[in-house]
Amino acid sequence: MQKMPAWADVVLIPVISLILAAVLSGLVMLAIGEDPINAMRIMIDGAVGSSQGWGYTLYYATNFMFTGLAVAVAFHARIFNIGGEGQAMLGGVGVAFACLYIPWPHWSLALIFATAAAALFGALWVAIPAYLQARRGSHIVITTIMFNFIAAGLLIYILNEVLKPLGQMEPASGAFPEPTHLPSLFDMAQVFGSEAFESSPANITLFIALFACWAVWALIWRTRLGYEIRSFGQSESAAKYAGIDPVKITMVALLISGALAGLMGINNVMGEAERLVLNATEGAGFIGIAVALMGRNHPVGVFLAALLFGMLYQGGAELAGQTSIPVQMVVIIQALVIMFTGALDNMVRAPLEKLFRALRSGRSVAAE
Amino acid sequence: MVSSITDLITGIVGNFFTFVQLMDATVRMAIPLLLACLAGLFSERAGIFDIGLEGKMLAAAFLSAAISFTTGSVWIGLLAGIGASMLLSLIHGVASITFRGNQLISGVAINFLAAGLTVVIAQGWFGQGGRTPSLTGAQRMPEVDLPGAFTRIREMRDASPGMQFYSEFISGHTVLVYVGLLCVPLSWWVLYRTRFGLRLRAVGENPAAVDTAGISVVRLRFAAIVICGVLCGIAGAYLSTAVQAGFTKDMTANRGFIALAALIFAKWRPWHALGACLLFGLFFAIDNRFQNIQLSAFWVIVFLVAASALMMNYARKNERIDVLVLGGISAIFVTIAVSVWISQIGDGVGAIGALWETVKLPTQLIQSLPYILTVVAVAGFVGKAIPPRAGGEPYVKER
Repeated sequence: MQKMPAWADVVLIPVISLILAAVLSGLVMLAIGEDPINAMRIMIDGAVGSSQGWGYTLYYATNFMFTGLAVAVAFHARIFNIGGEGQAMLGGVGVAFACLYIPWPHWSLALIFATAAAALFGALWVAIPAYLQARRGSHIVITTIMFNFIAAGLLIYILNEVLKPLGQMEPASGAFPEPTHLPSLFDMAQVFGSEAFESSPANITLFIALFACWAVWALIWRTRLGYEIRSFGQSESAAKYAGIDPVKITMVALLISGALAGLMGINNVMGEAERLVLNATEGAGFIGIAVALMGRNHPVGVFLAALLFGMLYQGGAELAGQTSIPVQMVVIIQALVIMFTGALDNMVRAPLEKLFRALRSGRSVAAE
Repeated sequence: MVSSITDLITGIVGNFFTFVQLMDATVRMAIPLLLACLAGLFSERAGIFDIGLEGKMLAAAFLSAAISFTTGSVWIGLLAGIGASMLLSLIHGVASITFRGNQLISGVAINFLAAGLTVVIAQGWFGQGGRTPSLTGAQRMPEVDLPGAFTRIREMRDASPGMQFYSEFISGHTVLVYVGLLCVPLSWWVLYRTRFGLRLRAVGENPAAVDTAGISVVRLRFAAIVICGVLCGIAGAYLSTAVQAGFTKDMTANRGFIALAALIFAKWRPWHALGACLLFGLFFAIDNRFQNIQLSAFWVIVFLVAASALMMNYARKNERIDVLVLGGISAIFVTIAVSVWISQIGDGVGAIGALWETVKLPTQLIQSLPYILTVVAVAGFVGKAIPPRAGGEPYVKER
């Protein structure tokens, strides 16, 4: 017997978790003497109250879609890729190399190759942890945490010793040449005579992210490989018995995951900064964990959760600008969402299951 | 400035006081790692993975500095710090023991919770941009000067080597340093010489067996988590009241993760944890003291080529995937080796002469060494690190 209707699992549990997180964050705001209702109004207004706010929201959402999908794909194989941050950093390095060292005639060509470079670098960065997990049984969480830190060191080295132009003090690459600049949503809106999304960083990468959502859906539920990944995640021993190679699935699932995280580089490095800077990823790799958990590892869920976290980040930035609440307020909400949807899932689920069971037995009694 | 590793060593040994100072810095750097590492040891030995060490230290660092500032007593601050860390520990316990949630995800959440809460509360409380005011006098951990020890650097420099060692290395630390070091034999004794320790280790290997013996798995695991909280609390308080005078945003600077790395490197054993933490502390100390570490190109090349050869030798005897991945890493190593060589040729230096030119090691490489060593340790080509068997798995009682 099914314990709960599917919609309760997919919609109700994330929504309840979100409400719990919001209430607790509200209590934190009350504790530091701020008005949570007013704060919420500022956040919502800042995130979706103007087309510029929307532009920022969509820009953040694009980042989180990539990292959320990355975590989700690995989760389907029951592998916890916590290294999205490092993979996204390396993806950015790939983009920077592609944009700086090849004279592209047009942005569309540059975009295609930068996308390939971002995916390749992201996948390569997870290749060693993936290999160690698949062949040596080294815990992927430990190795990917370590690779995040190694990536941070490597990024500083590359910026300082390789990409930094002569005479520049700041550890950052030079600006990318004009032909690699991606059209922003504002540029696209102007074609239709609209002034929407003015001076916001949202750009054409949004559509690549949407395509990636579709591609991940197709991969996981419509291909043989996706089936193998899911069955491996459901039961490793059953998958092995069915002739699925665990080494291959671990490697492939993680390489896809790393490539997706790496793709974030085209949004933040090529689309927004138009050069490679330190801390370009701004923790988006970790937000991917919250996004995947909240989105229940489904691309549609990931899309919605990424949008929500985009609003949170843009709203949080507005909040920090207009009040004395620091931007770290968003990190608290993010932590609570991870806690409730990930670790305390059973706490939210158990009373709900009881409720539905009571409802159902009540109904069957009434029918008799 | 130091020109090469050999010069570094002769410099240190030649000047005994420099050597003592380096050892002293090593211990200071190692203590927070050691306390957090032992904290993780208790938790993970009981079968609860804990990647939230960082968050617990951070919360403790903040609250101990904040309470120490408001009450004027560092000892009340220390207790508050331990309380903050314990609270997060109990959240982790409720999530991973009571509700059988994913321990790794809970740890991630705790790290973020601490990172966010400390800054938001610090801003609301003190209004100084997410930091506490500077601590002075009795708000800081006092340093213990042992009898007869010199306290001024000028006196120490002129003293005999034995006296230098006594004054700089043995004496002059805060009491938490001695507490941290004492925790090592204490942990060993608790884990290996008491009934509680035996049960704790058993619950991390085979909780069902412990349960069958009529001992509560839940209670044991909560006990381990409380010990973990106390030790992380001391580590955090040490950072904000002894090493520095006050809390600053993200001041733990990944020490919780380095402690985790040390724990794996030590293969979940107390004495080895001390060794690993001292080693990683030495990396910190070297990195702080010597900005410029150089090595002759020859040794860099020999190391890279030898590592490649070993990897290829292993891969050759195994499967295609090994050849592919290890071959790729070897190719990168050899490329780096060749480019190091080529970059030294020129300006009247021939190909052979270039081998003896010195190369500056990137500081980022030194800083990344704890992480790289940990990856090597879990890779298990040399002495594989195997975690407690039941680690990460919530225990479900048979019905």
